[in-house]
Amino acid sequence: MTWWLPLKGSTFAGEVDGLFIAILIITGIAFVLVEVGLIWFVFKYRQRPGRKAFYTHGSTRAEVIWTAIPAVTMVALGLISNHYWVRIKGRNSVPPNAYPIAIHAKQFEWQVTYPGPDGKLGTSDDFTVRNQLHVPVGRPVVVRLTSEDVIHSFFVPVFRVKQDAVPGMDINAWFQATVPGTYELGCAELCGLGHYRMRAQVFVQTQEDYDAWMKQAAQEASS
Amino acid sequence: MTSVAATAHSAHAHHDDRSFIRKYVFSTDHKIIGIQFLFVSLFFLLVGGLLAMQMRWQLGFPGKPMPGGGILPETMAPGGVILPEYYIQLVTMHGTFMVFFAIMPLLVGVYANFLIPLKIGTHDMAFPRINMWSFWSFFAAGLVMLASLFVPDGAARAGWTMYAPLSARHDLSGASFGHELWSVSIILVGLSSILGSLNYITTIINNRAPGMTWFRLPLSVWSLFITAVLGLLALPVLSGAAIMLLFDQIIGTHFFDPAAGGQALLWQHLFWFFGHPEVYILILPAMGMVSDIIANGSRKPIFGYHSMVFAIVAIAFLGWIVWGHHMFMSGMNPTLGSSFMVSTLVIAVPSAVKTFNWMGTMWRGNLKFTVPMLNAVAFVAMFVIGGLSGIYMAATPVDMFIHDTYFIVAHLHYVLFGGSLFALFAAIPYWYPKMFGRLMHEGWGKVHFWLTFVFYNLVFFPMHILGMAGHMRRIYDPTQYDFLKPYQPMNEFISISAFLLFATQIIFFVNFWWSLKKGKPSGLNPWQDNGLEWTLPSPAPHGNWERVPTVYRGPYEFSSPQVPEDYLPQTRKLPGDREPAAASAAH
Repeated sequence: MTWWLPLKGSTFAGEVDGLFIAILIITGIAFVLVEVGLIWFVFKYRQRPGRKAFYTHGSTRAEVIWTAIPAVTMVALGLISNHYWVRIKGRNSVPPNAYPIAIHAKQFEWQVTYPGPDGKLGTSDDFTVRNQLHVPVGRPVVVRLTSEDVIHSFFVPVFRVKQDAVPGMDINAWFQATVPGTYELGCAELCGLGHYRMRAQVFVQTQEDYDAWMKQAAQEASS
Repeated sequence: MTSVAATAHSAHAHHDDRSFIRKYVFSTDHKIIGIQFLFVSLFFLLVGGLLAMQMRWQLGFPGKPMPGGGILPETMAPGGVILPEYYIQLVTMHGTFMVFFAIMPLLVGVYANFLIPLKIGTHDMAFPRINMWSFWSFFAAGLVMLASLFVPDGAARAGWTMYAPLSARHDLSGASFGHELWSVSIILVGLSSILGSLNYITTIINNRAPGMTWFRLPLSVWSLFITAVLGLLALPVLSGAAIMLLFDQIIGTHFFDPAAGGQALLWQHLFWFFGHPEVYILILPAMGMVSDIIANGSRKPIFGYHSMVFAIVAIAFLGWIVWGHHMFMSGMNPTLGSSFMVSTLVIAVPSAVKTFNWMGTMWRGNLKFTVPMLNAVAFVAMFVIGGLSGIYMAATPVDMFIHDTYFIVAHLHYVLFGGSLFALFAAIPYWYPKMFGRLMHEGWGKVHFWLTFVFYNLVFFPMHILGMAGHMRRIYDPTQYDFLKPYQPMNEFISISAFLLFATQIIFFVNFWWSLKKGKPSGLNPWQDNGLEWTLPSPAPHGNWERVPTVYRGPYEFSSPQVPEDYLPQTRKLPGDREPAAASAAH
């Protein structure tokens, strides 16, 4: 058990975690300021006999300061976040050379369709595997997400990637895995009684391992 | 009904000869209606809590028989072991009861009804009979929702947000009647809120006492006014969406079913177009009442009254243009994500203004830690955590990771429990004397406060850590995932803390009932406050005032140098105070 974010398994992880830490610092300062201030006031200004509170209706200067600082901080944070957002999810963010995989979600499984040896989806050598997502490391992968029935959500925590799969919609989500290993893919949107077990394994493999697996899996699928 | 309308204004106002039914059941008295809302929604708060305890049992001890679970039928928990289909009903009904039948009616149903006429100085609501119908349609909605727990196929099970098409098609959810009852109940609860909102808005605009100008209104009334505006505009959208959902469920329309040409995201847009303003309906009244209580407890005028009012208005306005932040991962156009992100982040500004102004109010005050004041200060401390954790999910790239995880569960409970419910634990004992003529027990109130404060944080703070690990929401058995198995001790810890938190609430309920008969008589003004309601006997009589009071100043003149005492009631005329130019037209 770690009390921190999980392994950084994709190129997004650094950016997302960096932004998370930046927000942690900003909110941490605000948090300490307010909570310490409150505790201090609670002790310092507790009722004592014979004292009367200071009669004031406010201070325009103080209020301008504590309106302006959050405003500037939030706008800046918005601009920085948007920079990453556009790179991760923007309309034109999917790299042109991304390796295509189609995932069809249905109650309660992930049907993963691979492009086969030719590397193209929609050709006769495509094949489908249940609940196993193999991806090559260090190469952008674009997942074409569809759903059979209800809304599901494709979520790989180590990749920091989440995207809903919506019936009637064709949604592309891309990522680039960086660390070979075996991870988990879960459904993040309540999709019915089997939501909790709508789980798949994610295998991040070196290009050679991936090619070898692909060759074997394609053969098994065609036989 | 003419007799009721007549008594309110006749010389017999305090000579109450209404029948029992007219007085306590089909009452048009705003105070009785407020108290009816209080009893019924406290009951639903308990129901919502019981549902949460069952969820926490399953999450802490997955697959083990729940103590006392043997009484549940085979379809829910055979041998006391909770089934996945029952678990998602628990998830759905906990959220539904807490949002629509506990927090919202506790804040708005109870306190808009009870406080508005008392605090602005009028005899009753502008439309007392509409007000009565508002309560009874809420009551009917509650009965329907409660009944849905007992129908053969079980209750609704698509989350309190009821995302379509899971909610719309029975073949996909396994529910049938339960989902239809959910829709019917929500239509009724929408009706109740619309009727209530109309009343609150009209009453505040038209029936203020002479001298009660807009900027002499207490912040509680301001926040209830803005809340009513939000309710009047948001609830019709929910009702419309719920009617469409009901049609999908029973008469074969396909508004939300893509398989037949509908749109799954349409539901989300409609739901959150209501749902985000709803979030502010659930917090603004809490902020308003806490403002009143903090000024009183600090014996100081509220710091920056005008900016507090403008912050309420700003939050409400921004609340209309942020609904898309619930949908960053939904497949909605990502460019919309950018604009929703910025509008969402900007809400931090008025929220910060309010927080710092509450601190400014306490600064150099003379703080008296009554039970209401303790809970009000805790509200500020906890609301800050809920507000700040909202920034993480507002930033779209971070939301990509934490969306639909326990980070969100932590965030929303810091706002709704740490915020709204702590505000209610402040408001209930604060206005209890004006409702029942007695004070709640102070010592047990403090015990309840401290235990709740500790256990509450032990339950919800670790959920941030679970969320950072990627722990998804609404999963029946986290141990299905290898990466979540190491977090099982934390889930167990949270569950045990939750049981203790629930047990602590028994203290509150016992105190509440015990004090009705045995509490210390409170007198007119136990908190030495300035508001108009404290000039009336406790409990306040039917029709409130024989003659409406005249108001000479704002509600927060504590520790004024003009008088030796540290409070100065709004109705007290000092030499040099001018009579208000004209009495309000309503009188």
